[in-house]
Amino acid sequence: MSFEPKILSFLCNWCAYAGADLAGISRFQYPPNTRVIRVMCSGRVDPAFVPRAFLAGFDGVMILGCHPGDCHYISGNIQAERKIALLRKVLSDEGVGSERLLLDWVSAGEGQRFAELIRGFTEQIRSLGPFPKTEEIEGKLRAIRTSLEGEKIRWMVGKAPELMEKENVYGERTDPERVREVLETTLREELCKNRIMGFLEAATMTAKEISDKLNLSLKETLPHLVSLVGEGRIGFDTSEESHYPRYVRS
Amino acid sequence: MELSDRTTNKDPAKPVGAVMVVGGGIGGMQASLDLAESGFFVYLVDNSPTIGGVMSQLDKTFPTNDCAMCIMSPKLVGTGGHRNIRVITHAEVKEITGPPGSFEAAIIRRPRYIRADKCTGCGECAKHCPVTAIDSYNEGMSKRAAVYLRYPQAIPKVFLIDRDTCIGCGLCERACLAGAVDYGDKESVEKISVGSVILAPGFEVFAAERRPEFGYGVFPNVLTSIEFERILSATGPHRSHLLRPSDGAIPERIAFIQCVGSRDVKCGNDYCSSICCMYAVKEAIIAKEHVPFVKPTIFNMDIRAYGKGFDAYYERAKADYDVRFIKSMVSKVREKQGTGNLLVTFLNEEGKASEEEFDLVVLSVGMTPSQSVRDMAARLGVNLNRFGFCETETFTPLATSREGIYVCGAFQSPKDIPETVAQASGAAGAAAEIIASARGTLAIKKEYPPESEVKPEDEARIGVFVCHCGINIGGVVNVPAVREYASTLPNVIHADENLYTCSQDTQEKIKNAVKEHGLNRVIVASCSPRTHEPMFRETIREAGLNKFLFEMANIRDQCSWVHMRRKAEATEKAKLLVRMAVANARLNSPLTETEVPVIQRGLVIGGGVAGMTAALCLAEQGFEVFLVEKEDRLGGNLLHLHHTIEGGDVKAFLRGLIARALDNSKIHVLLNSQIVDFNGVRGNFTTGVRTAPDMVYQKIQHGITILATGAQEEKPDGYLYGEDPRVLTQLELEDRLDQAGDDAIQLQDVVMIQCVGSRNEKHPSCSRTCCATAVKNALKLKKLNPAMNIRILYRDIRTYGFLETYYTQARREGIVFVRYDAEESPEVKKEGETLLISFEDKILKERMTLKPDLIVLSSASIPRENKELANLLKVPRTAEGFFLEAHMKLRPVDFASDGIYVAGSAHAPKLISESISQAYAAAARACTILSKDNLMVGGIVAVVDGERCAACLTCVRVCPYDVPVVNVRGEAEIDIIQCKGCGTCAAECPARAIDLMHFTTGQLEAKVGALVEG
Repeated sequence: MSFEPKILSFLCNWCAYAGADLAGISRFQYPPNTRVIRVMCSGRVDPAFVPRAFLAGFDGVMILGCHPGDCHYISGNIQAERKIALLRKVLSDEGVGSERLLLDWVSAGEGQRFAELIRGFTEQIRSLGPFPKTEEIEGKLRAIRTSLEGEKIRWMVGKAPELMEKENVYGERTDPERVREVLETTLREELCKNRIMGFLEAATMTAKEISDKLNLSLKETLPHLVSLVGEGRIGFDTSEESHYPRYVRS
Repeated sequence: MELSDRTTNKDPAKPVGAVMVVGGGIGGMQASLDLAESGFFVYLVDNSPTIGGVMSQLDKTFPTNDCAMCIMSPKLVGTGGHRNIRVITHAEVKEITGPPGSFEAAIIRRPRYIRADKCTGCGECAKHCPVTAIDSYNEGMSKRAAVYLRYPQAIPKVFLIDRDTCIGCGLCERACLAGAVDYGDKESVEKISVGSVILAPGFEVFAAERRPEFGYGVFPNVLTSIEFERILSATGPHRSHLLRPSDGAIPERIAFIQCVGSRDVKCGNDYCSSICCMYAVKEAIIAKEHVPFVKPTIFNMDIRAYGKGFDAYYERAKADYDVRFIKSMVSKVREKQGTGNLLVTFLNEEGKASEEEFDLVVLSVGMTPSQSVRDMAARLGVNLNRFGFCETETFTPLATSREGIYVCGAFQSPKDIPETVAQASGAAGAAAEIIASARGTLAIKKEYPPESEVKPEDEARIGVFVCHCGINIGGVVNVPAVREYASTLPNVIHADENLYTCSQDTQEKIKNAVKEHGLNRVIVASCSPRTHEPMFRETIREAGLNKFLFEMANIRDQCSWVHMRRKAEATEKAKLLVRMAVANARLNSPLTETEVPVIQRGLVIGGGVAGMTAALCLAEQGFEVFLVEKEDRLGGNLLHLHHTIEGGDVKAFLRGLIARALDNSKIHVLLNSQIVDFNGVRGNFTTGVRTAPDMVYQKIQHGITILATGAQEEKPDGYLYGEDPRVLTQLELEDRLDQAGDDAIQLQDVVMIQCVGSRNEKHPSCSRTCCATAVKNALKLKKLNPAMNIRILYRDIRTYGFLETYYTQARREGIVFVRYDAEESPEVKKEGETLLISFEDKILKERMTLKPDLIVLSSASIPRENKELANLLKVPRTAEGFFLEAHMKLRPVDFASDGIYVAGSAHAPKLISESISQAYAAAARACTILSKDNLMVGGIVAVVDGERCAACLTCVRVCPYDVPVVNVRGEAEIDIIQCKGCGTCAAECPARAIDLMHFTTGQLEAKVGALVEG
């Protein structure tokens, strides 16, 4: 049986959804693989929805909003772009489906374009094949989801434009590089920590085993373990004595 | 606060009764506490955001393996909460102007961005902060948020924002329910008036990168000793699990490399850091205790275990913990590829190179003053020595080059904790001397409203205040439910809840509630009584209630914080804790503390350098002193010394000191006198003294006692001492060199033997001063006759601190040092008239026999006869007969019995400068009593029900302080002045005739009862 991709699309009410309606009115044909969720603005799409969608069995996710400058809510689409860019960076760093995520713009008058985008993306996903849901990838997706749902990342993401374009609490403008660096560092740390928490759900592990699973060096892994131990989220398995202590969820 | 009064000195002729202490480590805290307890106001300025210094980073302390934080935290809390200490953190001294006695100091306070008056230390901000930074408390081995508290027990418990990492996102402000975040905080300069200044800025560790051959910073498994200390610590990165950095494995073979950045001419640090040998031994022992299969090896040149009890610790490390010590020089550390393991190349004593593999290498890094401290010294016009430490003179070890500014701790010279503490008390004594006339002028005396009477038969009217602590408690425990529950309990008249019970406005709320509802007991259900009880007690006292009518339920530290995921059970437990508190509070009775007058006069026993110095320090502060000396003249050991190793003229110094003691009208010198009886307690002692030749007896009444009975050179046993005039002791040599210096020119071959009578079974301790003495006398001989052959046979050369420079000089001048092992002591014999000495030469690997002209024995230092005195005063001694202080680490000059202190070599062998520091320390400690007109006694003490007492002596035996006595009525009597309130006697009394106030049997039973009822 040939592979039929399952695609989830988030369409903004004012442009993309209207564009989709126009495609219908105009009878522009496109493959039946996509399911649409209407949102008022592409800015409503929580990046955490994307890993959730992949985990739920979708092979691709599309987010379509108004063209830059056209947003019904002034800058919702720009916000969406910023959030999705960060998400894409994470997905691509982790090697989980960044090519299965599309953010694009469709105006209310672009029925044709809507149909083309659907067609193109469906073909792209078809050629990529089904989402490879290995245990490792699912673990990564869960960790990404948890990280994106956490307050730290959400606050930073929401605050970033103000920090870069206006001023921070000290009345200074923050260097965009610095904001990006902090955001990415924090996200990477949260992600690693959440992945470790995921690993330890199943079994106790040594630092070496954890670093192998993270595909990081031990030197890169240890700080995360130290932080988790410090936060009281993990501890040491004291039931056996060996040269390589095993970490356990507390 | 009437700050403005304190900031300007109205009468320039009169000194200012305040002292500025710079540096809030263990030394700075001790000096501040001593001064504040002696009637002075103290400004404690610390560069760091919290006080505590390096000691707060330590896991354990040698030689007792006490937990550093456990023994230090009472001082932290005491300093932070003292009415007469103002802690100014995150600040530095810009300049000091004006004359001694009336200085004006400008202090730069860096912004903290968190308001100290509002922050409750709950930590919500840090939990939310999205930015991570390197945690310097854990030496970079863990991370912290950009808003942080340096360590969990920090004082002040006020967070701060690390502006270098903070990106200003504003999340912490939202998280902080106390409204403590203030992004508008700015740097400010504050001017304060002080009479004198103490510098206690401490040290930093040597930058290990400066010895690249050891691979620090290159190989992950090469750590510094302070990093290793953090790893061992329960608050360390791995929560006390011993893991190596490269792979999180437990290292089995651990190498300690000594003298990294110490005793090193190449890097400019030609001094010994004094503490590294002992901390390496400690870390090796602790590592072994953590993980039994660890095999520690310590690569060293000498093991400098020169302090009290250190050699025993060192021996224990070898015998009980299998710590391997290798006399060697390590030349290189490299990594064995792919393993993370390290190959250590070293030259052993025979000069042979070897290589050994280890899993972890710890570099024992030395002490060095930080650049910022050096800069401060330059700003203040305080001279430094060539290593950057504060310059002091042998006979004035506490004075800097600038009058009125004193120094203590590791900034003066490398030193360990007890020496720092002793010197800190000493600096407090010196700093107090010049402003003694202003005592009490600035110290705040608090006035309270009269206490309302609460009789035992009065019905208890209890108020319960349950704290949310932001969301620290409220986020887990259902606080309204606990409050509701509390209101149903018997005798509870009023129950309320607060967002932060410790905030200023809540204190007012509590006071009003006391008045409005006529409360006679107050309970706060919040955090730990260890940190907050004093504050709440103060509040109810201000409301006119006796402070013992306060009770606490610890529903945060021991409930909400530890059951975060079990909210229902946590709430139930909190209710139970409140119920216990209510049951107990009903039985709380007001305890009175009575005033007993202090006899403001001192007694110093021993007229050597320590005794005279202590007496003078007390007299200069206006206190009358009796100075009792057994011999017919003052001077003690110094009568036999001529020069110090630094070249100081001991004779001239002694003459001056004796003259000052004799001329001081406040000092009554009693020569040829001995103590024959001794009675009383702190503040009120009576001592009988008998004076020869007529054996006149007199009684002296005094408030404190200082023991300074000294030590003496032991007459050696063996080595033909006493049989051949060519065998003499160092002291005898020194006398001979001074009297007839010229005949020494005739000498061709001189051999000195170290550790004669020390470090053996009978006398396990090191005598501390003999290595330096041998080097001093050898250099003197060499000066008289440069062609002379001098050999010093030693076990370890222990020229600690700056004494090391003389050891270097001695080797440069051709003095030969030959090491021997304890098992193969040198042999001295006579063939006809020829004196022969033979010993193993480890480098040449053969037995050498020499025919020296002179053999000099570095004989042990033993305490002077003090057994009878110890019995009279009921103070303990070590097995070797030195007086035993109250606590090896933090109470180095106190005895367990209050009001009695020890100074000088009666405590342990010491250099002159150390005896002087300690004498000042004893005097300063004594002033904490003498400066008060009255002492407050009573409160939580044991009381005896005489009717039930069977005089069985159980209490007399079990009391750790020897307080109970059986009186003339045949009943046990416990003096409330001496009782410390531990309650051991109450627990053991067979007749249950003793009870401990505030922790009565009835109360403890009521608490347990409250748990099991219903």
